Amino acid sequence: MSDQKKPKRRDFLFTTSYAIGAVGVGAAVWPLVDQMNPDKSVKALASTEVDVSSLEPGKSITVLWRGKPVFIKRRTQEEISEARAVKMNDLKHPEKDEDRAKNPEWLVMLGVCTHLGCVPLGDKGDYNGWFCPCHGSHYDTSGRIRKGPAPTNLEIPEYKFINNNTIKIG
Amino acid sequence: MSDHNYVPSSKLGKWFNDRLPLLSLSAHLREYPTPKNLNYWWTFGGILTFCLVAQIITGIVLAMHYVAHTDLAFASVEHIMRDVNYGWLLRYFHANGASMFFLAVYIHIFRALYYGSYKSPREVIWIIGMIIYFLMMMTAFMGYVLPWGQMSFWAATVITNLFSAVPFVGESITNWLWGGFAVDNPTLTRFYALHYLLPFLIFGLVILHIWALHVPGNNNPIGIELKKPSKDTVPFHPYIVIKDLFALLLFLIVFAFFVFYAPNILGHADNYIEANPMVTPNHIVPEWYLLPFYAILRSVPDKLFGVIAMFASIFVLVILPWLDTSKVKSAIFRPIYKQFYWILVIDVLVLGYMGAMPAEGTYLLIARAATIYYFVHFLIILPILGKKEKTLPVPLSITDPVLGGSPNPNVVKKKEIYN
Repeated sequence: MSDQKKPKRRDFLFTTSYAIGAVGVGAAVWPLVDQMNPDKSVKALASTEVDVSSLEPGKSITVLWRGKPVFIKRRTQEEISEARAVKMNDLKHPEKDEDRAKNPEWLVMLGVCTHLGCVPLGDKGDYNGWFCPCHGSHYDTSGRIRKGPAPTNLEIPEYKFINNNTIKIG
Repeated sequence: MSDHNYVPSSKLGKWFNDRLPLLSLSAHLREYPTPKNLNYWWTFGGILTFCLVAQIITGIVLAMHYVAHTDLAFASVEHIMRDVNYGWLLRYFHANGASMFFLAVYIHIFRALYYGSYKSPREVIWIIGMIIYFLMMMTAFMGYVLPWGQMSFWAATVITNLFSAVPFVGESITNWLWGGFAVDNPTLTRFYALHYLLPFLIFGLVILHIWALHVPGNNNPIGIELKKPSKDTVPFHPYIVIKDLFALLLFLIVFAFFVFYAPNILGHADNYIEANPMVTPNHIVPEWYLLPFYAILRSVPDKLFGVIAMFASIFVLVILPWLDTSKVKSAIFRPIYKQFYWILVIDVLVLGYMGAMPAEGTYLLIARAATIYYFVHFLIILPILGKKEKTLPVPLSITDPVLGGSPNPNVVKKKEIYN
């Protein structure tokens, strides 16, 4: 082994050939990988409009958005005050109820447990909110994780009230 | 090996064999010297080969009738069950075949654990076996999704969501796996394609598994390396072939019992309800053969670490040849290991049972204890035990203990008592 061996013309050619080859293989593999990503037709189904006029306080409905259930809950006064009274220190994933429900009466969130994706059951669990039967996560009346393996609160999708009776999700 | 100088008797055979030595291969397989003390726990390799081939054949036939589309999949499976000639038989054979395959593979794996078959010089056989086992679990899982029942859908959701535990890129990975924002038609079609592909990869790995086996030859109940061929070995054909076939026959009786008398007992009733993304069944459980891993996943209260623990429980098996430091292979000569072995068997059965129970209260506590013990067994007990354990003397050959003069005093003593 000679330390002062200088790179030769041939070494340069090898290195550049490998480099170009690697880029070529990468470019050929990428379409094979990317074809599995959500395509435009899937992304196009991005919003759903829901009529919530018939919903009584304390009741909730579940609608399908992007293949996932969305809970729309019209909360009672007790549920709202219960959610707002919780101290931030008691939360695993601290979020204020004011930030989760802009209009306190309406809670709109993905009905997908943040643990492994099951649909939690309403009006169940130790915190009067939701309970996931799969692996035992308890959510409070604001959909925040309080107990169990789920790492985060139930996700709030993008939504807005188009008028007093209609919510547009997405 | 004994067949380097094999010469076919016919002229045509010789002509062909010179060009492609298939006849030499066949001669090698027939003459392959096998330890003469192999017991019936060694017949599961042959049984597993049968299971794989049977799954591939029934699977290809089912694929001729199945439709991989969320609107049609459930109905096409019912069409197979009700309309297709013998469709019920083929599907029940395929569905129960998966369970039988796992039953056989678990016996095969626990046999290797008891007799130390994973130890030098058989580490590569063991690692290939573990890769096969992992691919089997993936294949079985994807196959379970295809009927598009409630259990199919929610199994797919829960298992793919395991990847959402990956920091930062978790969501991108799950969306990539789904081809959307939830388990849906793109997920079903790719699972179908992979469910069709993976068995052929398994088949290729099985060939490597057997090839790697034929280099050192079989381990055996007393776990010593033999001179091959010698008076300690018999040719594979006809001795082992006939014994394997007899064992297969007994195995098929169990198999047929499930297919014909209890075809749904290993399944879950909820899977006869079509998939509904709005409602999760109250109690979702995987198929029985995945329950121990499911129990480990659920016993960790943190999402990411639960997933890590589950994959680690398989990975410790892969590195087992280096965790078990004992030079003596067979548990017959390892009195302490033998006890820990049976505790491990019970531990895995307990994990399996806990995986089927709701994850709360006492069940959860027991599952946690069993999970901890599982890792303690592999990561602490085995490395230390191999160094500390006082093993019994190992005989020099298979015939040794039979003809007396065994260096194992217990064997000699027993013989004296009986005489």
